[in-house]
Amino acid sequence: MSAPSASAGAPPGVARGGIRHQVVAFVVMLAFFAVAPYFIYPVFLMKALCFALFACAFNLLIGYVGLLSFGHAAYLGAAGYASAHAAKEWGVAPEIAILFGTAVAGALGVVIGALAIRSRGIYFANITLAFAQMVFFFSLQAKFTHGEDGIQSVPRGRLFGVLDLSQTMNMYWVVVAVFIIGFLIVYRAIHSPFGQVLKAIRENEARAVSLGYRPEQYKLIAFVLSATLSGLAGGTKAIVFQLASLTDVHWTMSGEVVLMTLLGGLGTVFGPVVGAFIIIMLENVLSQLGDWLTVVQGLIFVGCVLVFRRGVVGELGRLLRKPL
Amino acid sequence: MQIFGVPTQALFGQLLLGLINGAFYAMLSLGLSVIFGLLNIINFAHGALYMTGAFVAYFLLQGAGLGYWWALLLAPIIVGLVGIVLERSMLKHLYKLDHLYGLLLTFGLALVIQGLFRNQYGSSGLPYGIPAQLTGGHALGFMFLPNYRAWVVVFSLTVCLGTWYVIERTRLGANLRAATENPVLVQAFGIDVPRMIMLTYGFGVGLAGLAGVLAAPMYQVNPLMGADLIIVVFAVVVIGGLGSIMGSIVTGYALGVVEGFTKVFYPEASNTVIFVIMALVLLVRPAGLFGRGQ
Repeated sequence: MSAPSASAGAPPGVARGGIRHQVVAFVVMLAFFAVAPYFIYPVFLMKALCFALFACAFNLLIGYVGLLSFGHAAYLGAAGYASAHAAKEWGVAPEIAILFGTAVAGALGVVIGALAIRSRGIYFANITLAFAQMVFFFSLQAKFTHGEDGIQSVPRGRLFGVLDLSQTMNMYWVVVAVFIIGFLIVYRAIHSPFGQVLKAIRENEARAVSLGYRPEQYKLIAFVLSATLSGLAGGTKAIVFQLASLTDVHWTMSGEVVLMTLLGGLGTVFGPVVGAFIIIMLENVLSQLGDWLTVVQGLIFVGCVLVFRRGVVGELGRLLRKPL
Repeated sequence: MQIFGVPTQALFGQLLLGLINGAFYAMLSLGLSVIFGLLNIINFAHGALYMTGAFVAYFLLQGAGLGYWWALLLAPIIVGLVGIVLERSMLKHLYKLDHLYGLLLTFGLALVIQGLFRNQYGSSGLPYGIPAQLTGGHALGFMFLPNYRAWVVVFSLTVCLGTWYVIERTRLGANLRAATENPVLVQAFGIDVPRMIMLTYGFGVGLAGLAGVLAAPMYQVNPLMGADLIIVVFAVVVIGGLGSIMGSIVTGYALGVVEGFTKVFYPEASNTVIFVIMALVLLVRPAGLFGRGQ
């Protein structure tokens, strides 16, 4: 996707100088997480954090490889089911359950990614959407997912056998830790030589090939990394809410993560986090209004595409003249 | 009488059902293909506009007392005009940007349209009767053929082939195909390309509206009737190859039939069979069966 890169991505040479500002922003974010649970309902924060990680993982593909996946719900949902099943039916510890879900999402990412990265642009979006729909129908029909009911009352268990996660604040700090780990993995990936190659492929694939890189390999690694981290978000979400359901595999969820990332700012480091918090907050506020929520989400989509393509953080970064 | 251990009644019944579904796949993917060819936009709002077509038929009946045959004429025009308004007011501004923005915008539009209808009419369906001339059916010996379903298959096939003829065999279609290849050059020849783009989008979504009217008497008029259908149609489009007119038509009907047979022989896979075929086609021919590369 060349357009957002031109508008939202870091101009060449500025990236190095911008890192200090990103560290400042990161510290601000950490401070917010430390203070927030004393003012805001922690369950809301945990939900927002799971989606923030999901959106960061998604942004890795759209923002830095220029691939729009319209089927990221598949990884979130599949990991949710796997983690919930492991925790409930096998009775494993929560960390094992989450890791298992993450691994399932990663494996799914390998299979779907290997097929999907052969195409680009609109085709890529269509293909990932279709595969996600396959995962949805599988989840609808398979026995262990319990169809419309989903996997309910999943035990949170004890982390490493000691920390009781049924205590809300314990769970909260674990979710914060998971989010930070995921966030730093994405951050490291996009600021590494690997990430530079990804950006090179996004900007000009033919030139990247002529320089001796194999775009397929880089794209596949990025795809699998994105799917795996989406799985981390999904597994954690299933443990937090003690539920894995069809909502998380449905295509509306794939659309929602696109919306979060678009609103926050495609190809920005903090955009997906901000976008996820705004959208989850909006859902909380508008939950009384039922279907108006869909209308509002649609209008945000339209508004973002027509007049606000840099997103919140992208615009902020432009005002400060620093990539955030 | 049985074939492969399946009663012929069931077999031909599913074949007919498959052809019906195929008719909708073909009409919708044809519209998507025409739009994609000229606008380079995958119209995510296509399913919502198909649903709008069905609702327009419902409104015409309730509000103006105009029945099915009037709806068949007026609904595509009304939906087409809605499309033209959307194109002039929003899509127009995106042509210079990455194509993916078109997908995102139309996805947002689909959410808005579906959300508005759901607020007003809930998610349960509204009834719409089969026109008097097409009620009843014929017993063919091996199966019972309801008249309305036969009509849907024949009518949609006529519309699809008519569209193919106009695009591939007339001067208007030649201009359109030329504009798909090189809009700047065509404009230099004195053809108003922006107007052509506008009318093409109107025509494409008009086809979706027409499909909606056809669907109204068979399925109930439901705000979500297009939401899941459109994703299957996307897979159909990927299999056929975007931008190929005949490819969309043939793939649409063929996949409808394949889906119908899957329901007979292995019902568990009937929801996913099209997506499995899509994966297989992508392995062998990444540009789709009738596509000319990306």
